Amino acid sequence: MKTPPLLEVQNLHKSYNNVEVLGGVDFTVQRGQVKALLGPSGSGKSTILRMISLLEPCDSGTILLDGEQIGVIGGRVDVRPAPERILARQRTAIGMVFQKFNLFPHLDATRNVMSGLTTVLKVPKKEAREQALEMLDRVGLAARAHAYPSELSGGQQQRVAIARALVMKPKLMLFDEPTSALDPELVREVLDVMEKLASDGMTMVVVTHEMRFARSVASEVALFDSGQIVEQAPPDRFFDAPEHERTRRFLAHMH
Amino acid sequence: MEFDSTIFFDQLLSEAYVRGALLSLGLAVASQAGAVVIGFGLALGKSSKFAAVRSVCTGYIWFFRAIPALLLLLLMWNGLPQLSPVFQREWYSPFLAAFIGLALAEGAFMAEIIRSALMRVDDGQQLAARALGMTRTQVLFKVVLPQATRVALPPTGNEFIGMVKYTSLASVISLQELLTTAQMGVAVTFRYAEYYAAATVYYLVIVSVLMLLQNRIERRFTWTSTPTKRRFPALSRPQTPEKVPA
Ligand SMILES: Nc1ncnc2c1ncn2[C@@H]1O[C@H](COP(=O)(O)OP(=O)(O)OP(=O)(O)O)[C@@H](O)[C@H]1O
Ligand SMILES: [Mg+2]
Repeated sequence: MKTPPLLEVQNLHKSYNNVEVLGGVDFTVQRGQVKALLGPSGSGKSTILRMISLLEPCDSGTILLDGEQIGVIGGRVDVRPAPERILARQRTAIGMVFQKFNLFPHLDATRNVMSGLTTVLKVPKKEAREQALEMLDRVGLAARAHAYPSELSGGQQQRVAIARALVMKPKLMLFDEPTSALDPELVREVLDVMEKLASDGMTMVVVTHEMRFARSVASEVALFDSGQIVEQAPPDRFFDAPEHERTRRFLAHMH
Repeated sequence: MEFDSTIFFDQLLSEAYVRGALLSLGLAVASQAGAVVIGFGLALGKSSKFAAVRSVCTGYIWFFRAIPALLLLLLMWNGLPQLSPVFQREWYSPFLAAFIGLALAEGAFMAEIIRSALMRVDDGQQLAARALGMTRTQVLFKVVLPQATRVALPPTGNEFIGMVKYTSLASVISLQELLTTAQMGVAVTFRYAEYYAAATVYYLVIVSVLMLLQNRIERRFTWTSTPTKRRFPALSRPQTPEKVPA
């Protein structure tokens, strides 16, 4: 029997004030794959990540993580939105990295990484600290373990943010333009960490404008426009032989 | 009549003044703490999803900002017992009446301070915390509140100092705090200058200590790994000079 895809998004709809932002989005991400989402500003890329990470409810559609529908409770017949307590628990399986890092400024790097472990998973302090230090080492920041966010460069902050999400051992990592707020010379160190993560087999959905990263790391690239997926294909085909006129125009614009 | 420093120092060191000062300070601490709790509740209530809760909080703030604190204390001490026999019992002391009155009034002001501090915390903070799986309560207490506290500290310190002075209003309801102590002495000796000067010294000492304390607490909220420069260099302890390499 074939294992289900790690993430399956089916017919996702979302409107804000009667303006449709997502108009029936479908896509799947296989275990260990990296999906790059491209698209113009305002096309709904951040919105779809907020739906998958359960930070906001969708209007309709289903999200299956590892074959199980998330964001809802109940069986096939009476499906209801899950209460906040259940959503909070389900969110721990999904790591999220934001464009503006959103580190907690009142905690140093170690305690930022520990916060989910101690507060949510109730891991004892000592053990949480060890795991946090290990994770900081993995993103190359063992030496800055006691620095506060205000004392770190943007690239370092984003790596701490990645460590903070990773330490929860999520099944899936979501990245929303993780390098867009960085000075050009700091982009590389963050992409390197993500690349290593991908080669370690993490399943990832990455919203990005980094074409080189999408081409070299993604297993599949999708173009998002006006709340719909226009085209999705493996990177070679997507970049070198796009099927849709919209994709060609988008790519021409990016170069 | 000359300023008699013997009278002044006698009073300054007298048990009555020390007790009065402690009572003033105790009342200020209790009332301010009460006001912070009330203000926090009101601040949360004002952003409640229930319109009724929001308007109750708005009404509270409107009412208690308008009423003069002096009037409120008189109402608490003289008015309440007339309305309900519960307040005629022994447990209802001038201290309690003053505490309730001052906390209620100050709560309205703390509400605005705490509310604007909560709103100053970046929205990305709660998103990141919720994405980690924190519940709304955990987000509030672990992430939002520590950051709002930093914003609220300086204005709260200000309010607290104001509160120390407001406790002198409790002299009208016969609480033997600092000002009452001075007034009672003056009533028999007519040595206004000496008795009032002694009270002044106590207020100065209390407020100075509180300012130092506030400064220390604010420094804990700088969120850096290296200690930052003190704001009052003259008041700081001498720092050990850096070692000069030979
Ligand atoms: N909370 C909200 N309330 C109202 N409208 C919203 C909200 N969030 C997003 N939108 C609207 O939805 C649309 C899609 O927004 P979204 O942030 O998902 O775009 P995006 O593709 O991430 O764009 P960008 O590249 O600029 O980040 C935009 O038109 C935006 O104005
Ligand atoms: Mg976006």
